[in-house]
Amino acid sequence: MTGMTKQRIGNILAKQGILIAFAVFMIGFAIANQRFIAIDNISGVIRSSAILGVMALGVTFVVIGGNFDLSVGSMMSFSTIVVLDLHDKLGPALAIPAMFGLTMALGAFIGFLVGYMKLNSLIVTLGMLSAIHGLTLTWSGGKNMDIADKAGTWFSVFGQGRILGVPVPILIFAGLAIFFTVVLMKTPFGRKVYAVGGNGQAATFSGIPRARIVFLTYVISAFCVATAGLLQASRSLGSQNTVGQGMELQVLAAVILGGASLMGGSGTIFKTVIGVLILGFIQNGLLLMGLAFYVQYVVTWGIIILAVWLDVAAKRGRLWSPTA
Amino acid sequence: MSESIPVLRLENIVKTFPGVRALDDVSLSVLPGEVHALMGENGAGKSTLMKVLGGIHAPDSGRILIAEEPSVMTSPQHAKARGVVFIHQELSLADELSVAENIFLGELPLKSFGRVDWKTLYDDTDAILKTLNVGFNARTLVGDLSIANQQMVEIGRALTVDPRAVIFDEPTASLTDAEKVVLFKVIADLQAKGVGIIYISHRMEEIFKITDRITVLRDGQYRGTLNTAETNEDEVTQLMIGRSLDLSRNVSHHEMGDVALEVRGLTCGKMFTDVTFAVRKGEVLGFYGLVGAGRTEIAETLFGLRTPSAGKILLEGQEVQINSPIDAIRHGISLVPEDRKNQGLVLGMNCRDNMTLPQVGDLTAGPFVSDGAEIAIFDQYRDKLDIRTPGWRQIAGNLSGGNQQKIVIGKWLSMRPKVLIVDEPTRGIDVGSKSEIHNLIRELAAQGYAVIVISSEMPEVLHVSDRIIAMFSGRVMREFTSEEVTEDTLVQAISGISADKVA
Repeated sequence: MTGMTKQRIGNILAKQGILIAFAVFMIGFAIANQRFIAIDNISGVIRSSAILGVMALGVTFVVIGGNFDLSVGSMMSFSTIVVLDLHDKLGPALAIPAMFGLTMALGAFIGFLVGYMKLNSLIVTLGMLSAIHGLTLTWSGGKNMDIADKAGTWFSVFGQGRILGVPVPILIFAGLAIFFTVVLMKTPFGRKVYAVGGNGQAATFSGIPRARIVFLTYVISAFCVATAGLLQASRSLGSQNTVGQGMELQVLAAVILGGASLMGGSGTIFKTVIGVLILGFIQNGLLLMGLAFYVQYVVTWGIIILAVWLDVAAKRGRLWSPTA
Repeated sequence: MSESIPVLRLENIVKTFPGVRALDDVSLSVLPGEVHALMGENGAGKSTLMKVLGGIHAPDSGRILIAEEPSVMTSPQHAKARGVVFIHQELSLADELSVAENIFLGELPLKSFGRVDWKTLYDDTDAILKTLNVGFNARTLVGDLSIANQQMVEIGRALTVDPRAVIFDEPTASLTDAEKVVLFKVIADLQAKGVGIIYISHRMEEIFKITDRITVLRDGQYRGTLNTAETNEDEVTQLMIGRSLDLSRNVSHHEMGDVALEVRGLTCGKMFTDVTFAVRKGEVLGFYGLVGAGRTEIAETLFGLRTPSAGKILLEGQEVQINSPIDAIRHGISLVPEDRKNQGLVLGMNCRDNMTLPQVGDLTAGPFVSDGAEIAIFDQYRDKLDIRTPGWRQIAGNLSGGNQQKIVIGKWLSMRPKVLIVDEPTRGIDVGSKSEIHNLIRELAAQGYAVIVISSEMPEVLHVSDRIIAMFSGRVMREFTSEEVTEDTLVQAISGISADKVA
């Protein structure tokens, strides 16, 4: 093999490392179990990934803007509990906008602390993870929340309905993914998010209102969390207080797996969607292989770390770097 | 000296990176007891050559010989074990550890069960410090030392082995004159012991004071080795840049217009006090002074990054309030900042997006950014400023310093500013691109822009300015026209010697 071809293959590996790893896992699972590639299985995986996926879309904005959001899991529990509670008190038509308002107010608060007050996003959102959990428990009194008349509400359409045979959660996930792709790639706001995350100081020196941009990324993240809460509540029509627990890490894993840099300034919605699907299909594949639920945790995260390692190794051209 | 065998020889070193031939057949030999200067512009290959020597990069071909014995270097530690030690420009010390721990970091003397042998550690360290003749001891915390003394600790590190060759990389960058004297004494002592020294520096006067020979690199190629005693600054510069640098005095031939910007009694805390000046359309106003004289702070205040505590800013005769860069940009004040990589550019973004960043909100068709409008602006300023890039998709971080600076200048010119402030226009830019940037600044003035240039380089300020303001310690000391200014009066003004004493 000539040097040039070798280099070109190296470049392709470096750029598409995650996609290639994804393909390898998919082929492996498909060989292990034919059912893995059945249409209804694939549709099922995408549908169950939709809630995580919608949250990941919002966190993509936050991460590209150079910050973390570890509060999304506990915020999703909050939205779910709130919308279920208000459903019976106000009716679904008012409950939904009220829940969106409250959730986005939380996002605005975080955005204010990180954007305008310049507090460290890791600390703020880690703190909010616990604070919002407390808020949720206070709201529900610690009890599970259930809709009284489960059969008689149109509220279930978001989580359980189908349009032209396609599950509504998939339509919402896909619709938001397309919408946010356009926002990120085609609008001045999207460009500013990349600039602020890529080099905040240079953005300031170019007259970009850095604080406002960061603030808005958290509002977008909260909007996505509210949507995910709606899907979750509508699917199960009842919920525990901890329904979103731990999802913040899966969301972050999906965004990073997609290739967004934790340093900010890079990443795309498309890549995040790929990251979400990788997570979903790995978990599904392991399930079909008959692995025990607990073992899945270990294997899932093992595979995530493996994929990230392959990606990094391809980029630096060495498997490991013991001295530097 | 000439009959002794070299302590160190680099032979026909070639090193390529994707797309760049960083070192092309470079050779260098260092004799025992010699101070050998390594010179070249930024990007000429000095650092790469030293990284090859230190085992950080493996050469594609060529040999490294230590005392005429071929060696393969795998890491700086490995090089040190062979007696080749590096003193870096950026200090790599742990502030919270003692001098002794820093000097023996990674090779602390041990007793049984892995316990540190503190007595040996301190004794050995004090023995080394004694040869360096310094005023602190082994137990001092490094964080409590001055920069110069920290540099001595760094040198102390080199002496834990019996070095054959020591490489000094810009060692005087942050030293005062008195501290330099101490450093040069240490170098002379090493020399007397027969150690070979490679001395990397941009400062000609030092080079001619302490070195024996000078090797010059240009564009990754070996350009020659001169005996210091038989050459001069001009010859070395010629070798470095391939021609003489034109830094003749500027004379404006065009008409100047009205006053574009006027500043009256501007004060900002302790940064600068009572600064008054005006700049006309078509004029280049230079600000010259030492680092810390308040020049950059004035620029940042005019650009809305600092809030003045007193004074007025007038644009075309109208007083304006500038509270943020957004205000400044709206009023037509633009700043090309001194720190290009951190303040000027988003390095991971492509050239076009960097150039249109301040106005991306206005380049829209409906809610979307208009690709066509952006590319039109990029193409216009790429041609106008002669920016050499394969295309607008090129990531800004991959461009040379000169082309990066042109992107930043283009970014602001495309906003059609009333006043363009350029802070350190050619910092970190190679000599060739330097004169291009200088010509560009002159041309902009000829086109009617009011330009403020802030620079720490006297030849630059003299070359581009129509008028020069000399600053010292936050105050305007004196204003010169380009006809009356001389190097002597300028130096006196920025050193705080007042004008009447000079006269």
